[in-house]
Amino acid sequence: MANASALTFQELLFNLQTFWAARGCVLQQPYDVEVGAGTMSPETFLRVLGPRPFYVAYAQPSRRPADGRYGENPNRLYKHTQFQVILKPPPERVQELYLESLAAMGIDLREHDLKFEEDNWEWPAGGAWGVGWQVMLDGLEITQFTYFQQCGGQELDPICAELTYGLERIAAFLQDVDSIYDIVWARDPVTQRAITYGEVRLEEEVQFSTYNFEHADVAKLWEHFRLYEQECQALLALVREDEATRKERERVPVLAAYDLCLKCSHLFNLLDARGAVSVTERVGIIGRIRNLTVGVARAYAATLATQTAGQAA
Amino acid sequence: MAEFLFEIGLEEIPARMIAGAEQELAARLKSMLVAENLLTGEVDLRRYATPRRLAVTISGVLEQQQDVTEQLTGPAWKVAFKDGQPTAAAAAFAKKAGLAVEALVKHTTPKGEYVSATVTKAGRTAAEILIEKLPAELGKIYWAKNMYWRPGKPERFVRPVRWMVALLDSAVVPVEFGGKIAGNATYGHRVLHGDAPVTITSPVDYVAKLEAAYVVADVSVRRERIRKALDRVTRTVEGARWREDAPLVETVTQLTEWPSVVLGTFEGEYLELPDEVLVTVMRDHQKYFAVNDAGGKLAPHFLAVLNTQVDAAGEAVIRHGNERVLRARFNDARFFWTFDQKTPLAERVELLRAVTFQKDLGSYFTKTETNIRLASALATTLAARGIAVDEPALLTATRLAKADLTAELVKEFTELQGVIGGLYARAEGLGERVAQAIYWQYRPAAADDAIPPSVEGQLLGLADRMATIVDMFALGLEPTGSKDPFALRRAANGVIRILAASGLPLKLSELEWMATSPEQDALAETSTSAVAAFFRERLDFYLREVMEFSYDVAKAVLAAGGDDVADAIARAQALTEVRASDAEGHLAAISGAFKRIQNILRQAREKGEPYDTAAVANVLVEPEERALHEQFNVVAPEVETLRASHRYAEAFGRIATLRPTVDSFFDKVMVMAPDAVLRRNRLSLIAEVAGRFSSIADFSEIVSG
Repeated sequence: MANASALTFQELLFNLQTFWAARGCVLQQPYDVEVGAGTMSPETFLRVLGPRPFYVAYAQPSRRPADGRYGENPNRLYKHTQFQVILKPPPERVQELYLESLAAMGIDLREHDLKFEEDNWEWPAGGAWGVGWQVMLDGLEITQFTYFQQCGGQELDPICAELTYGLERIAAFLQDVDSIYDIVWARDPVTQRAITYGEVRLEEEVQFSTYNFEHADVAKLWEHFRLYEQECQALLALVREDEATRKERERVPVLAAYDLCLKCSHLFNLLDARGAVSVTERVGIIGRIRNLTVGVARAYAATLATQTAGQAA
Repeated sequence: MAEFLFEIGLEEIPARMIAGAEQELAARLKSMLVAENLLTGEVDLRRYATPRRLAVTISGVLEQQQDVTEQLTGPAWKVAFKDGQPTAAAAAFAKKAGLAVEALVKHTTPKGEYVSATVTKAGRTAAEILIEKLPAELGKIYWAKNMYWRPGKPERFVRPVRWMVALLDSAVVPVEFGGKIAGNATYGHRVLHGDAPVTITSPVDYVAKLEAAYVVADVSVRRERIRKALDRVTRTVEGARWREDAPLVETVTQLTEWPSVVLGTFEGEYLELPDEVLVTVMRDHQKYFAVNDAGGKLAPHFLAVLNTQVDAAGEAVIRHGNERVLRARFNDARFFWTFDQKTPLAERVELLRAVTFQKDLGSYFTKTETNIRLASALATTLAARGIAVDEPALLTATRLAKADLTAELVKEFTELQGVIGGLYARAEGLGERVAQAIYWQYRPAAADDAIPPSVEGQLLGLADRMATIVDMFALGLEPTGSKDPFALRRAANGVIRILAASGLPLKLSELEWMATSPEQDALAETSTSAVAAFFRERLDFYLREVMEFSYDVAKAVLAAGGDDVADAIARAQALTEVRASDAEGHLAAISGAFKRIQNILRQAREKGEPYDTAAVANVLVEPEERALHEQFNVVAPEVETLRASHRYAEAFGRIATLRPTVDSFFDKVMVMAPDAVLRRNRLSLIAEVAGRFSSIADFSEIVSG
């Protein structure tokens, strides 16, 4: 009993964007480097550092190679879409604001059961954690709501609120379809013909599952990992050399270093999907990625401090 | 006298933390009021909590502290007044006391005459004190996990503070905390009542006003409503009953302000999955209650506790949504269940080479080999002691025990490790003995949990835990203080519990010795004593905390040995019984005598006085020492016979009969006699008495009374 009057997948995205733009968020585009979650986009990971207030919202395709199921599982995807909102610092009535966003998606809370259940978030490789809730609607987790406390090993002040909506899950719920692939992505404005999620994305799921699980060349992945790691470290070394000449620091390309770090993270996920990372190695690799993310966050925070000092002078 | 209401409104508090915080807030408020002399005798203290608030009302609060009158003593009169005129000293004292010099009076003491002043300290109002003291009490509430939320990080708390209510009768007490100032406005249910504030005019209104705003503030009332609703809704299915689950009732009670219950249904085909998997999905992942049919079997229904109240149409929507989620989760579980079984457990053992047990101890494959070696040794030992063990089944179970760590279903439901392996073993037709041993390997999981029902299961559990403990100790990874990253204390508790409940004739030292590999022998000396001490401490814990024996009984029993767990428990049991029925105080007296013996012997050793393990009969001269020697030589063999047949209560009873003889010995005989020969023989006599009974209990540890 699919609900034909529910928002299409793209309308859901439009409405969330419109809603949050009207509440002061900068609308960003998805970051164009592979990430496992919206949190890893520099729009979150780096922007939450330092004192400057910032509201941003964006959709982020999030790739998790090990979650791919060749398009055969109705609930699991290699690449799903997170809608990410960062509110730094969080407004006083941030929970109520969030509940209004549900209304913008066509959810009338008087007809549903809503609970905020404790769920603390942690990204060890990013030196990041926060406390918060999974927001449950009729037993379905529709949003992860987190008060960031630390990021890249840096204590945050002010802290920020992060809202992460799982768009496929919410769309399937609203449209009342049992498979993600049956979600109506768009409707032809003239004929009203439904274009489904499956038509748009199924082939991509199949192909990438095949690549991730069967063809990704393990030796080359390790080599890529090593090369990206080296280059990232080389950039971070510039920051350290720079300690003596503080004024030059602004020119260190910290953002590029972060991209290299994201590459390493994605390669690790690919290696993991290939079953190439033993549990012993896992801890070590996560530690290596953490060194990069923490190094980038430290360098970025230092850059901000220099800029602030420059503006003051 | 007034009633005080305090409520702190928070963003949703984690369910697991609410009960503790509710109690702590009430206790802190009360003890603060007591410390400030603001409470009268009769006090009615009530606590309230929901996910969004903690509250307390307390009656019998004085609006104002009583004035306190004090007598201050100043300088000597003759220093303060010269020729009847006040000096600088008098002026300074008067100023300090806040009085005019004329108000000072003469106070005569045995030491002489002094200046004295009567000062009255005015009592402060309750409101003043609450404003001053309550914020600090709030800040001290314990939370398992805290957060910062305000810029500049002025405080940490479980979640941001949204409002506070503080009313002394009808007067607002503007307590400040977390950036908020208390008033008289609270808030109702998020959805059913909405954002409009609810004004509380007096503490007595609190519960009713919230009830009208769709909030049941009293936890026990909410719990009862949930239980009743579960009963009522379950009755709509003929003969059905919901599966009692007290911890889950607590969780949903703390997740709701206005609970109701909806019954959902799932497709009967999912009942092909094991109950363990279905119930775990429902309980742990969805917080649903499972339902049994009239025959006690799992029925294709579930109960969801909602935090709202809806009409029939709304209920249909919510039921449908919850059913949808559960179906997706069951589908996942079924996929893994089928997928996993394409790879038999025996093949999965190889895959364990890639799963790390501990970095210096290698993979779970190595761990499995260690476990097999120990399980095999245990089976051989028990067979020699006449205990029937199905060794092939034990070894198969041990070899396959960890294989389910590679199963997708275990990765999804980690709480089911072991259980899943057992279920797969059964599905593979490996036999009930093997399946059951694997299934039960991580049990007992807690002090009151059941142990594996079969010998094979018990031995697998012992081997797995003991090998881990010994290997970790050999690497110096023993628990320290609050740090126990490998849960070795829990493992040791499991060993002790299995030994205690199974009665298997195995000693801790034997287990440890068998678990120590030849390569570790070089290190064995240090780690062995450390392992033994660790088990001694765990057994002491088990006797006191689990078996609830008193502190001194545990100590007395363990001083006589704690290698045989079941035997130590039997001795503790007997000692406790004998003490309870010891109306004449014989045991207490014997205990006193043994303390005395230990003291005398210790002093003798310190002085270098020689003595032997037994007295020589013909050197005993006094009738009392002869009597003790004779009676002791009658009682001791009897006690040993009783001990050998584990009749400990009777043994203790026999020892207690020595009391009059021991008493008169110490009354009449001087142990430290001037004559060296007599002295040595008397010391030997008491050493013999203490020594012969030392394998049953150290009586000197017993605390009388």
